[in-house]
Amino acid sequence: MHNKTLVAVATGLGLLALPALTGCGSQGAKDSAADSGTVTLVSHDSWLVSKSVMKDFEKRSGYKVKVLKSGDAGQAVNKALLTKDNPQGDVFFGVDNTLLSRALDNGLFQSYEPAGSDRVLPGYRVDQDEHRVTPVDTGDICVNYDKAYFEEHRLTPPRTFADLAEPAYKNLLVTENASTSSPGLGFLLGSAAKFGKDGWQDYWKKLKENGVKVVNGWEQAYYQEFSGSSEGRKAGGDRPLVVSYASSPPAEVIYAKKRPDTAPTGVSQGTCFRQTEYAGLLSHAKNAKGGKAFLDFLLTKEFQEDMPLNMFVYPVREGAAVPPDFAKYGPQAENPETMAPGTIAANRDSWVKSWTSLVLR
Amino acid sequence: MALPAVFFAVFFAWPVTAIVARGLKADGVWRFGRMADVVTQPDIRHVLWFTTWQALASTALTLLLALPAAHVFARLDFPGKQLLRAVVTVPFVLPTVVVGTAFLALVGRGGLLDDLWGVRLDTTVWAILLAHVFFNFAVVVRTVGGLWAQLDPRQEQAARMLGAAPLTAWRTVTLPALAPAVAAAALMVFLFTFTSFGVVQILGGPTFSTLEVEIYRQTSEVFDLSTAAVLTLVQFVAVGTILAVHAWTVRRRESALRLVAPETTAHRPRGAGQWALLAGVLLTVVLLLVLPLAVLVRRSLDAPGLGYYRALTDADGGTFLVAPLHAVWTSLEYAVAATGIALLIGGLAAAALARRDAGRLVRGFDALLMLPLGVSAVTVGFGFLIALDRPPLDLRQSWILVPLAQALVGAPFVVRTMLPVLRAVDGRLREAAAVLGASPWRVWREVDLPLVRRALLIAAGFAFAVSLGEFGATVFIARPDNPTLPVAVARLLSRPGELNYGQAMALSTILMVVCAAALLVLERLRTDRTGEF
Repeated sequence: MHNKTLVAVATGLGLLALPALTGCGSQGAKDSAADSGTVTLVSHDSWLVSKSVMKDFEKRSGYKVKVLKSGDAGQAVNKALLTKDNPQGDVFFGVDNTLLSRALDNGLFQSYEPAGSDRVLPGYRVDQDEHRVTPVDTGDICVNYDKAYFEEHRLTPPRTFADLAEPAYKNLLVTENASTSSPGLGFLLGSAAKFGKDGWQDYWKKLKENGVKVVNGWEQAYYQEFSGSSEGRKAGGDRPLVVSYASSPPAEVIYAKKRPDTAPTGVSQGTCFRQTEYAGLLSHAKNAKGGKAFLDFLLTKEFQEDMPLNMFVYPVREGAAVPPDFAKYGPQAENPETMAPGTIAANRDSWVKSWTSLVLR
Repeated sequence: MALPAVFFAVFFAWPVTAIVARGLKADGVWRFGRMADVVTQPDIRHVLWFTTWQALASTALTLLLALPAAHVFARLDFPGKQLLRAVVTVPFVLPTVVVGTAFLALVGRGGLLDDLWGVRLDTTVWAILLAHVFFNFAVVVRTVGGLWAQLDPRQEQAARMLGAAPLTAWRTVTLPALAPAVAAAALMVFLFTFTSFGVVQILGGPTFSTLEVEIYRQTSEVFDLSTAAVLTLVQFVAVGTILAVHAWTVRRRESALRLVAPETTAHRPRGAGQWALLAGVLLTVVLLLVLPLAVLVRRSLDAPGLGYYRALTDADGGTFLVAPLHAVWTSLEYAVAATGIALLIGGLAAAALARRDAGRLVRGFDALLMLPLGVSAVTVGFGFLIALDRPPLDLRQSWILVPLAQALVGAPFVVRTMLPVLRAVDGRLREAAAVLGASPWRVWREVDLPLVRRALLIAAGFAFAVSLGEFGATVFIARPDNPTLPVAVARLLSRPGELNYGQAMALSTILMVVCAAALLVLERLRTDRTGEF
């Protein structure tokens, strides 16, 4: 008797579930294509390109592009590493200089020098012997300031790392946890580049004494604590200095409800750390030929000029023009701190660890 | 029984084993020695200690605030009761990334507490505890309130007649009857808060870290898979213990009580005491649950002429290739598929568990099915990636992976809802129908279906709402460029500019309304003896 109940319940449920499954069935067919006509890009959640630009590439090359976004930058890289022997796609975009060594040392990429590599600005070139990765875009992690606050208080906004430790700026800065946030890590690396392996701890001790506030993520820092962003103002944010990007001010203008004449925020030029993002052909890529064509595409003028307004980054190709709005409200940092990927790889974990016990505990 | 077991093995046990093995196995040998190394690190011990005590404190606080509400919902009648019961459940299914932001408006700077008394709780442990109450209020109200409503009030009245003081009568009659439900609710709250991720991440500030947060950090930032594997195992043991205790109290509870229809036990408030209690509970609900939700809605309306909502239909807004509103349809599609799978798996499991001759092994499976609730989403997500990568199960790029992961979370709810009802169906009814010549199909249609129909619909609604709000596993699974609602909200929130923020709030409000609508439909269908949530 019970067996019959079981069968009956199962049948009933099965029938209920059936339309649900078939309803989405058509979608499944679309996804299964892994033929040579498709090139698959694996990237992080921030990947974005204009529809028309992507269509141009598909038309010109004959490939169809499939994009797999897999979490934030760190997750995307780690997932790619976990699946490197049987990768999910052909090209990976979005490993930055803070994670580059992890990717290269684990053999994530195979060599390919895309057409147009010779047009990449010399400062961004890496891995010149093996050409496993290609620089694609660049941006700066910088302290942003709330213009209104500093005008109101007749105070000059800080210009350099050292300024931030001055008593005049006590309790004004909010930054992110270096162990969970990429701008937070960038700011720590910037200070390490500025003050050296042995000097950065002293600097952070001073920052701590000067009342630096640390929150877990960029979202909280920018939208809750920072008084210069439109939402932070509404939320009653009372920190006029925040660690964000050099490209945040143009976003404040472009995504404003009512477009202001000037950006409400500015960038402290002497507090910047340069971040460069790379792409490469995945080892064991199923469609290596298509992947190569796609890497070529990433360095074309068309794609490079399309990036700024989509991903809020700067091109690395010489002669690629930046949209006027973007250039006007968010100029690239003039003399950002930089650090070689090898130095970052060697020190990153231990620095983050000592930063954590120094600043958070 | 076979199908749920296979489903569980393939889509949960195997991926989780694979990722743990990747971290702990070197040259084919398990290195359990790593466990001692990791667990004795001071940082990790600190995390373990914090995880445990905050879960205990959250559970106690939730019980303290929600038990009076459970009483009010069970025993008192007042207008808008159904709506309110749906409202208190909404937080339970909202993604933490949204709620965390809204909750700051209550306890953070310029929030209500700050305005009234200058009290700020953000980045203190109080913010975490209160947010945990916010999320788990409904668990207590539904689990305890459901049973309370069905306890025969005449027993307590009889005790009063025989001369017991009100408190004594309550303590000696009602409380013992309720105790197993309270214990079960407490254990569920403890489980949810022990594995808390988003709340701690957003509200706690960088000084607080739970096991779940640490697993996430080790896997997705530091890439130290061996530490992550050890922590996963530690959490596994803890959660397994909690679930075993839970299963035991649930079984005890299902045995002895004689229940009555809930409609007969509630009455309008009488006397100053009952009115005060009702007012107190309503005030708590408004302050703690409605206010953060209202902040969300208000912020979504900040642009003139519903500007943020209109922006959602615009594909050129920047953050997506498709209009953000499209995420509503994506979410609904996934939720429907996930509900179907969860119903199939959970229903079959419940049917097997309901059999009176179910052995110890089968009942153990009950607890096993709950395990996905307590295992880190990042563990499952990364496990999927390395386990399901070869034909015939190369599902990594298939859309089905998202509803499968969501069904893992939804199925336990289906089991919990269906089980009590299936156990209550009198086998003699079926036998009588069969003797009278009905075919098995007809027996199902005319005996079982009418009896379990409501429970089935309620289970479906819960699975639907849970999958609609599921964020953790969904975000780890590679997918075509179609974000679900919570993922779209998170993406909008991660960009500067007020238009993006406003759209995130508008999408959250839509998510909330869809969830609330699903739950309100459930309320209409709610009936006696259905479920623990």
